[in-house]
Amino acid sequence: MGNVPCAVKHCLSYQQLLREHLWIGDSVAGALEPAQESAQVSGFPEYVKIVEVGPRDGLQNEKVIVPTDIKIEFINQLSQTGLSVIEVTSFVSSRWIPQVAAGATEVSVFGAASESFSKKNINCSIEESMKKFEEVVKSARHMNIPARGYVSCALGCPYEGNITLQKVTEVSKRLYGMGCYEISLGDTIGVGTPGSMKKMLESVMKEIPPRALAVHCHDTYGQALANILTALQMGINVVDSAVSGLGGCPYAKGASGNVATEDLIYMLNGLGVNTGVNLYKVMEAGDFICKAVNKTTNSKVAQASFNA
Amino acid sequence: MATVKKVLPRRLVGLATLRAVSTSSVGTFPKQVKIVEVGPRDGLQNEKNIVPTPVKIKLIDMLSEAGLPVVEATSFVSPKWVPQMADHAEVLKGIQKFPGVNYPVLTPNFKGFQAAVAAGAKEVAIFGAASELFTKKNINCSIDESLQRFDEILKAARAAGISVRGYVSCVLGCPYEGKISPAKVAEVTKKLYSMGCYEISLGDTIGVGTPGAMKDMLSAVLQEVPVTALAVHCHDTYGQALANTLTALQMGVSVMDSSVAGLGGCPYAQGASGNLATEDLVYMLAGLGIHTGVNLQKLLEAGAFICQALNRRTNSKVAQATCKL
Repeated sequence: MGNVPCAVKHCLSYQQLLREHLWIGDSVAGALEPAQESAQVSGFPEYVKIVEVGPRDGLQNEKVIVPTDIKIEFINQLSQTGLSVIEVTSFVSSRWIPQVAAGATEVSVFGAASESFSKKNINCSIEESMKKFEEVVKSARHMNIPARGYVSCALGCPYEGNITLQKVTEVSKRLYGMGCYEISLGDTIGVGTPGSMKKMLESVMKEIPPRALAVHCHDTYGQALANILTALQMGINVVDSAVSGLGGCPYAKGASGNVATEDLIYMLNGLGVNTGVNLYKVMEAGDFICKAVNKTTNSKVAQASFNA
Repeated sequence: MATVKKVLPRRLVGLATLRAVSTSSVGTFPKQVKIVEVGPRDGLQNEKNIVPTPVKIKLIDMLSEAGLPVVEATSFVSPKWVPQMADHAEVLKGIQKFPGVNYPVLTPNFKGFQAAVAAGAKEVAIFGAASELFTKKNINCSIDESLQRFDEILKAARAAGISVRGYVSCVLGCPYEGKISPAKVAEVTKKLYSMGCYEISLGDTIGVGTPGAMKDMLSAVLQEVPVTALAVHCHDTYGQALANTLTALQMGVSVMDSSVAGLGGCPYAQGASGNLATEDLVYMLAGLGIHTGVNLQKLLEAGAFICQALNRRTNSKVAQATCKL
């Protein structure tokens, strides 16, 4: 921009900008007004399901231990935003059935497209992990509990570097074949770029329909939204994100991790894509958790909107 | 291991049908992109602390070393308005002029243009806007009046063999007017192009744009001005810069503005970030196999240098991940 004007204080407040100028949908349920619906950009899904991983993936990677009552309040606030899927905490051992009996309605299993990552993360090979997951998924399905599969290192591994397309496809196909209703492809260390995202999805989509796929992009190198945009253009319509961009990257000290839900919603709203989520409420939940764990938000939308 | 998930009842039943998705738009990119580095001007201009002249000169030299083909060096604006740029003549005279690298300088008026030429400028830049209110509040005149003022500069530049780059602010939104019509952006851009600007940089000044808005705006502008004469200048205030830049790339734009370390905040939203970080842009382009001529390692060094001098953290995610800053 050119020279800075002195009349900055006369400019529109952020609330006015966002509400009155159709950059984001503004309704309690988060559904688009008819005027906004017609503004939907072609080449993108009409609806995107956001899977909120802040309470689990996000908080797990934060240094501070979060007190249980804060976690509960955080999840309760997220529940009011319109988000239809919120991943909550707790690692589950092999004796997971009591936890399920305690009210869990869905289970996730975590595979990886890298042998080294699998070994270092869960101390077994990919093949061994698949056998264990088969048991879990089979039992879950037996109880009518859906299972979601995750594939880590889909665009690169902190130990092996480049990961082959065949490996990502093979692991994804295996998880889908054993009964996972959805496979979330994770760019675990955020090294992916739109080109590698496209190639990987093209390969996986030969074996798994796009409606059963999700992307889980990390923003470690600032590429998350560009990668997500690419995935959307290819027909993916489920995206994982974390409110406030919670969660660093354990493989790069000081680096960021998850893409911020607020920034994702902002982009989707601008594209006229329906999410069912109220951005303001998500921002409030983000503000709450950041204050509670005493950290600055990683969301640019939040930074721009809540005065520092 | 497995984790437990609680799934809340869905408000929207089932998934809506997908509109026809074309993957052809995803894959076609230019083979080469010219990055216009605006850190020393747009970036530093928005930093609170005054940067000493030798530091500015060293930064620009390091950026030239990193292989950037264009480095916007300074602004010949009155120190009364922008104290950070008061040393403009000294900076322009003090930097190493690497062969094949351009060093445009901002010239908000004819007086500034004359001073720039006297200091050895070979390329200048002028700033229009797609918003009447923004122009009024910024330089106290209408868009038409501002273009008339620039005409004087363009005529003199042409006579002196000096290139002129045009900027259009507020192309995806205005902090005063709100929404800006793509038609207005196309109109102002066309005028600047026909007046003699060799390239027009379209700026999302407050970073409110999203890929759809970028696409609509570019579609309108491309009807009036060839893509080879266009650049995009995306701000990252709402985290949308790289996604918007990608969209512009998909539409054939091959000149992108960015700022090392993502220097420069946003005067319209306190605490918010401003420019897209050059490191993050280079990372994406390299991943796409697009040639930029930029050495990322040397660029990171330039970013680390200026952040240390400014005593601030980098805004570049690549730098944060790589340098553990």
